[in-house]
Amino acid sequence: MKNKLVVSVSPHLHKDESISKIMWMVVISLIPAGVAGVFIFGKTALWVIILCIISALVTEAVLEILSKRKVTVLDGSAVITGLLLAYNLPPKVPFWLPIIGSFFAIAIGKQVFGGLGQNIFNPALAARVFLMASWPKYMTTFTAPLNFDAITSATPLAAIKEGKVLEHLSYLDLFLGKRAGCIGEVCILALLLGAILLFMKGYISWHIPITYITTVGLFSYIFGPRGLFTGDWLFHILSGGLILGAFFMATDYVTSPLTRRGQVIFGIGCGIITAIIRLWGGYPEGVSYAILMMNAATPIIDRYTKSRVYGT
Amino acid sequence: MKTYFKEFLRGIIKENPTFVLVLGLCPTLAVSISLINGIGMGIAATFVLLGSNIIIALIKNFIPDRIRIPCYIVVIATFVTITELVMKAYSPALNRALGIYVPLIVVNCIVLGRAEAYASKATVINSLCDGLGMGVGFILALLLISGIREFLGAGQLLGYSVIKGFQPAYVLGMPSGALLVIGLLLGFFNVLKNKKT
Repeated sequence: MKNKLVVSVSPHLHKDESISKIMWMVVISLIPAGVAGVFIFGKTALWVIILCIISALVTEAVLEILSKRKVTVLDGSAVITGLLLAYNLPPKVPFWLPIIGSFFAIAIGKQVFGGLGQNIFNPALAARVFLMASWPKYMTTFTAPLNFDAITSATPLAAIKEGKVLEHLSYLDLFLGKRAGCIGEVCILALLLGAILLFMKGYISWHIPITYITTVGLFSYIFGPRGLFTGDWLFHILSGGLILGAFFMATDYVTSPLTRRGQVIFGIGCGIITAIIRLWGGYPEGVSYAILMMNAATPIIDRYTKSRVYGT
Repeated sequence: MKTYFKEFLRGIIKENPTFVLVLGLCPTLAVSISLINGIGMGIAATFVLLGSNIIIALIKNFIPDRIRIPCYIVVIATFVTITELVMKAYSPALNRALGIYVPLIVVNCIVLGRAEAYASKATVINSLCDGLGMGVGFILALLLISGIREFLGAGQLLGYSVIKGFQPAYVLGMPSGALLVIGLLLGFFNVLKNKKT
């Protein structure tokens, strides 16, 4: 009878949520985009995805054993990193590229800083930028969609950058993913399905993705190719890695601001940098650089948007 | 004899200028693209270090305390000028490759640091051993960093291709690659050091 009253410290409300549960839910929400990518680009895309995930898991396990820390391979975070990296790679790359990329993502992007929760930069994006700077030839060779003879083709953004006119691409094609690009970024429909799942679960809030996408749309509309307010904003939103980046990578808990106000600043910053790189920069696409740059700014955003303790 | 040897060895391992004292990172980051640049920079800095350490140890009693830094700089600049002129005359290609970083040895923190922290208080022979040790330590560190960067970043060693079909990671030849390699090596040596104690 005397054991009936248990007095414990707060918090008293428990929820059946844990880091690994959220992580696995993000993995599930990413699956549609992967299925679409494999459908669009064929078997090679599937190999890239599998290689990325396996090498990310192996790297994480080996490093945690070597540094005598708790092995957290099954918490899902390494799977997400591998998956996101694969979604950021072209469908046809030499087999060692995903392996080196995953190793870099886990070893340099995450474990060097002390593991999950300590990293400054999104590991998958850090690895993508590393691969991009190291082997630009493989990272910018894209295959044409729904064509299994591996004909190379430029991404819509790269074609625009070179001044070509894209007449055969309709917005519906872009929305469904019938275009050249990275494995996971092409099918907007599948990405949105996953994003809706995360929204419904409450794992991500609207602040970062919506401000990010709106800013890019606004910028590309205002600074159009034929003078002010002539830009093709829908094209800029649907092409490139914007949807994947905005919903799944900019919203990474570890590397984005904590407060709502901070998240809005983060999203707008990402949007401005992405638009600047796309419109006036040397690269056709700027999502990965934009998110990494804002990752670096996250501590200072957190510092200035910290809610004030009442009375101070 | 034994103490001189100890002075010499200290600069190589226990107080390695790059990996333990973390001095002179600017030239290390900038010139460690290839082995030949690293060796050239290392030898030039060692010569300056040796000369300035000896001269400063000799004249330390005549330098007024309040203007000692300008005096050190004059001595160091003299040796740097000698190095630069010799390099220009006998190895113009290396001089072009190292560029501005040869005259910048004047403000290399290893050289000034040893002058201020060591040569201004020690005997001539001790300073000589210290300068030599620090110089060799700097050369070894540069060899390690530039070797890794040239091999992984260009697939070459001393300008010769090593492995056929090797796909170099260009990023290691860029400044970001230098920071990456130095950071990882620093961490590695810190792990070794912590294990020993």
